[in-house]
Amino acid sequence: MATAVITPERENYLNQEYGIKSWLLTVDHKRIALLYLVSITFFFFIGGFFALLIRLELLTPAGDLVQADTYNKLFTMHGQVMIFFFLIPSIPAVLGNFLVPLMIGAKDLAFPRLNLLSWYLYIIAGALMLHCICTGGVDTGWTFYTPFSTAFSNTKVVEAGVAIFIAGFSSILTGLNFVVTIHRMRAPGMTWDRLPLFIWAHYATSVIQLLGTPVLAITLLLVVFERVFHLGIFDPTRGGDPLLFQHLFWFYSHPAVYIMILPAMAVESEVIACFTRKRIFGYKFVAMSSIAIAVFGFLVWAHHMFVAGISLYSALIFSALSYLVAVPSAIKVFNWTATMYKGSITFTTPMLYAFGFIGLFTMGGLTGLFLAALGIDVHVTDTYFVIAHFHYIMVGGAVMGYLGGLHFWWPKISGRMYPEWLGKFAALIVFLGFNLTFFPQFILGYMGMPRRYWQYPPEFQVLNVLSTAGSTILAVGYVLPMVYFLWSMRYGKPATENPWNAAGLEWKTSSPPPTFNFDQPPVVDFEAYDYEHIPEVEEVPVG
Amino acid sequence: MSEHVLSSKMYYGIWIALMILTVVTARVAFIDLGPFNTVVALVIATGKALLVVLFFMHVKYASEKLVKMVIVASIFWLLLLLLLSLADYGTRYARHG
Ligand SMILES: [Cu+2]
Repeated sequence: MATAVITPERENYLNQEYGIKSWLLTVDHKRIALLYLVSITFFFFIGGFFALLIRLELLTPAGDLVQADTYNKLFTMHGQVMIFFFLIPSIPAVLGNFLVPLMIGAKDLAFPRLNLLSWYLYIIAGALMLHCICTGGVDTGWTFYTPFSTAFSNTKVVEAGVAIFIAGFSSILTGLNFVVTIHRMRAPGMTWDRLPLFIWAHYATSVIQLLGTPVLAITLLLVVFERVFHLGIFDPTRGGDPLLFQHLFWFYSHPAVYIMILPAMAVESEVIACFTRKRIFGYKFVAMSSIAIAVFGFLVWAHHMFVAGISLYSALIFSALSYLVAVPSAIKVFNWTATMYKGSITFTTPMLYAFGFIGLFTMGGLTGLFLAALGIDVHVTDTYFVIAHFHYIMVGGAVMGYLGGLHFWWPKISGRMYPEWLGKFAALIVFLGFNLTFFPQFILGYMGMPRRYWQYPPEFQVLNVLSTAGSTILAVGYVLPMVYFLWSMRYGKPATENPWNAAGLEWKTSSPPPTFNFDQPPVVDFEAYDYEHIPEVEEVPVG
Repeated sequence: MSEHVLSSKMYYGIWIALMILTVVTARVAFIDLGPFNTVVALVIATGKALLVVLFFMHVKYASEKLVKMVIVASIFWLLLLLLLSLADYGTRYARHG
């Protein structure tokens, strides 16, 4: 290649300083993003290990691999680790941390030290969670439902509750940092209607983190206090109400799904615009739909409680409101497909993940509407239908978005290209493995297989075997990227400033960027995604 | 940023007021006011929250739009939590036709 002239390596955020201290005391948002990347990957594989054990147990109808007590702990800790220690921080704390300042033309986040503190809080919470796992674990389900969690469970509820309480503060600090940064640190010319949709979606996510997470924190604290001091907030014999816990818990935990999915949507808007060479269709609607999702998301929580004994009137209200969230989500999906229409599409790895995201998120979202319907919900509550539904959103949606984004910005983050053919191969494996794992669960749930049991009637076995087989394929699809990303850090082809020929400020600085992101403070005189003004290069250089 | 420095006297004053209100809450809990038991407790609690927000969190002297926006949003979200929960509690024991 003509461009392969060997130049001395530029100074960048990776080679500016070396040594463990330069990482553990860094206030550079890009280095903190990498700290997060390493830590959440660690927890992802722990959560994944629990998932594989669950699937192995369900290979046969009898409860043979583990006993019921152990199984209860497995699905509880799978959920808690994956949600609070992987999915919630995943895209915001890694890609958001890295990209928010770059995309708006800032040197760093508004509060760099607060950013580092958020990582330390995450690590403290993670260490506590690990300790809890290693010394017996919890069995309440990730939802901590009372009265089981407050009065009956004899596992480590307090420790897990405190760990997630602390992790919540890490999440609040990330949200706070993003809100202030997006308001205050935009480069000259970067007006609100020129912001990349990645930023709009992260802004909406941050609002949820800021306003929702404190409610989860205080709720878990109440569980801990009730368990230790027998307060009686949730205990009916002392004038409390066990359903109050569910109200408070889901007030956060339904919107928490949008903390996971909005950032994935953020990634897709960037990826789809780049690989169709077009401005996102209906930019303003896509931007506003993020805000709408953040607000509407707080109006629907009791759809998790339809059979729990809430009043029929409120169930009707929450059922109707739940349909409302489908509107902004559909706006996004339709606008992405409209963007692709007559676009010049390249099937790169990030784009394959984007296609996967659109399909799987749509299925997850539509089955969410089934569950929002009162009558159907009564039939499928607490069955594998629900499990399949939220895994289509959280794994098919959020994890696909995370992996797609990681591939898209990997050249920027590491300064190296990953092997494109292997990337595509892994993306296909993930897609196939995912569907084989979770599609059978829709059918199982509809036929009545309940969630959270370690054994099941023999007639459910065929579908369970399919699901378990799928999970092993999915595991391969997740290990592969980790392997070739690590490989590429040393052996990958050096990345140019803008390997995808993409629009956006992050591509106007070197790969990897210098410590303060830009050599010259950028001035913005263009709209977001102005692909019609970007000259075509002969070919997108893919490895 | 508009730094409005409050004297430490002010902080101690607010703190003492909060302590007094806590004692009042505890004392009132032993007097049966009938339907006003909850009302009085909540009024005192709201007053304490206001003191904390206005003085300890400097909101009384906030002039920035962003800060005001956060306050308005927080109160709005709190109302969402309360009102939609009451949609359940207010009608849970109602008889259906
Ligand atoms: Cu929900």
